[in-house]
Amino acid sequence: MHLASLLDMVESGFSDRALLEGPDGPVTGADLGRLASGGATTLSPTGGLVYVGENHPLLPVAVFAAARAGVPFIPVNYRLDDAQLIELIDRYPDADVLTDEASAPRVGAHRDVRVLDDWLAALPSSAPIGEAPDDDTAVAVVLFTSGTTSAPKSALLRHRHLMAYLLNTVTFGGASPDEAALVAVPPYHVAGMANMFSNLFAGRRLVYLRRFDPDEWLRTVRDERITNAMVVPTMLVRIVDALAGRTADVPTLRSLSYGGARISERAVRDAVRLFPGVDFVNAYGLTETASTIAVLGPDDHRRAIESDDPDAIRRLGSAGRILPAVEVEIRDDVGTPVPPGVPGLIYVRGEQVAGEYATGSVLDADGWFSTRDRGWLDEGDYLFIEGRADDTIIRGGENIAPAEIEEALCSHPGVKEACVVGVPDDEWGQRIEAAVVLEPGASVAPEELVDHVRGRLRRSKTPDSVVIRDALPYTPTGKLLRRQVLQELSDDGGTPSTKRED
Amino acid sequence: MTMQLKPGTRLYSAVCETELMTIRAPADPIAVTIGGVDPVLDAGERPGAGEVVEGHGGGSAMGKRYVDDAGTLELLCTKAGEGAPAVDGVLLGTKDAKALPASD
Repeated sequence: MHLASLLDMVESGFSDRALLEGPDGPVTGADLGRLASGGATTLSPTGGLVYVGENHPLLPVAVFAAARAGVPFIPVNYRLDDAQLIELIDRYPDADVLTDEASAPRVGAHRDVRVLDDWLAALPSSAPIGEAPDDDTAVAVVLFTSGTTSAPKSALLRHRHLMAYLLNTVTFGGASPDEAALVAVPPYHVAGMANMFSNLFAGRRLVYLRRFDPDEWLRTVRDERITNAMVVPTMLVRIVDALAGRTADVPTLRSLSYGGARISERAVRDAVRLFPGVDFVNAYGLTETASTIAVLGPDDHRRAIESDDPDAIRRLGSAGRILPAVEVEIRDDVGTPVPPGVPGLIYVRGEQVAGEYATGSVLDADGWFSTRDRGWLDEGDYLFIEGRADDTIIRGGENIAPAEIEEALCSHPGVKEACVVGVPDDEWGQRIEAAVVLEPGASVAPEELVDHVRGRLRRSKTPDSVVIRDALPYTPTGKLLRRQVLQELSDDGGTPSTKRED
Repeated sequence: MTMQLKPGTRLYSAVCETELMTIRAPADPIAVTIGGVDPVLDAGERPGAGEVVEGHGGGSAMGKRYVDDAGTLELLCTKAGEGAPAVDGVLLGTKDAKALPASD
């Protein structure tokens, strides 16, 4: 199915329901259909619609205008520097370009741009009724991978992938008219797109935060009577920090989902404590899989926090179970599936799994996509993510996942964040070094942290050194920039490899 | 009357409020009815008169997926009405999508 059909469904099912809040008041499903159809007539029928900017309350009008016109929507990270931004936009020389007010001068110096607010204000009021596009093998959305390990790649999501995700996971009209979702993730992130599509499919009103700020987020949840929200882990941590131990005053909030990067179990426990009665959901997915492919649900969270069942507690650190419409396989380095409990590379397959870049599909002959994440399944089919395969440390021939050591470091009450990397080492191939950020006011010696990890993990997984930092580098959507930490620790150079008796 | 459906084809009941979206369709034309009467393909073609045929009044429910036994047809109800969807005079069954926690 095509996203133009999704718009048809929204128009039909929610014709009178307020789904967005525009400058002139509520926008119903019927209004959205009319605005998007009008918008479609202003777009070039080839090339695409690039958007450079923050979130906007009427962003869905632009997205569905592109769908109605039969061209891909291409949101670009407005935080990139000029050279990177222009490089990405110029991959689509025939595309129309919309920007927000702030990004217009930067992009406008190089390409013709229209400011989103001006474009919206000038939309034709009655659009000619043309044949709606229905080729669901066409590209619907182009997203750029975050480029933490290499140059950003153009990931292609076709209409059939996005619609499969919706049809397989969301109930059409499942939301009651009083429900509202808060979108805090930026438009260029797959979760920002998925947030929009799935809430509109459910019939849930969308409220946009133009850009994330923890106090603004809390205020908006309260003032807009938000029932559902999705955040990336760094946002959740900042919200918890902003609460400073107080219980969140958000009486309408029912569901809070988080995903997009790793989060420490302690951060989840802190959040659950400050949002009593709220259903927590951990979602695991990738750009290339059209969003969520595994979910740790509210009951899993409750069991982990309330019971003393060791399996339930351990699973709070998992990504939950794979969606029913997606298959998962863990394979070893030569591609052979491994049994439960054994770590390997995570492969997935399913209708929503796109696995394709502008340079071509990376699905294998049987349709499997290598996530390039390492992980393992437990006996109950819970998926544990160890991290990117590229980040795996190989010390003395042993594969070591940074995530496990980071979790051990973060279990120390004085540690707020940790990043563990493999620094080139003549003797071991790689040695384990950690950079940690302490909780405000905490004073902990690096040696104490080394001892703390040694008390939890075996000696070969104990960091050779730990350095204390004021902050760790992240992308704006919460992905830890490990390469930068590795670079800094390698450049320190002076840190001698601690000779250990293993 | 038979009609050729494809994913994305919208069906409007001629005798009630029901609106359906085609999710999955067989390769060949089929005789689909809503409320026992042929649907129309455009909201503007609704006759504005007529009644639900006896035996076809079970109604349609928003968000429900209506499927045939062969599994080749799937119609999603986007607007509820008094008439029930059928193919060759046989009422369609419903498929229950598994409820998942909202992850976004």
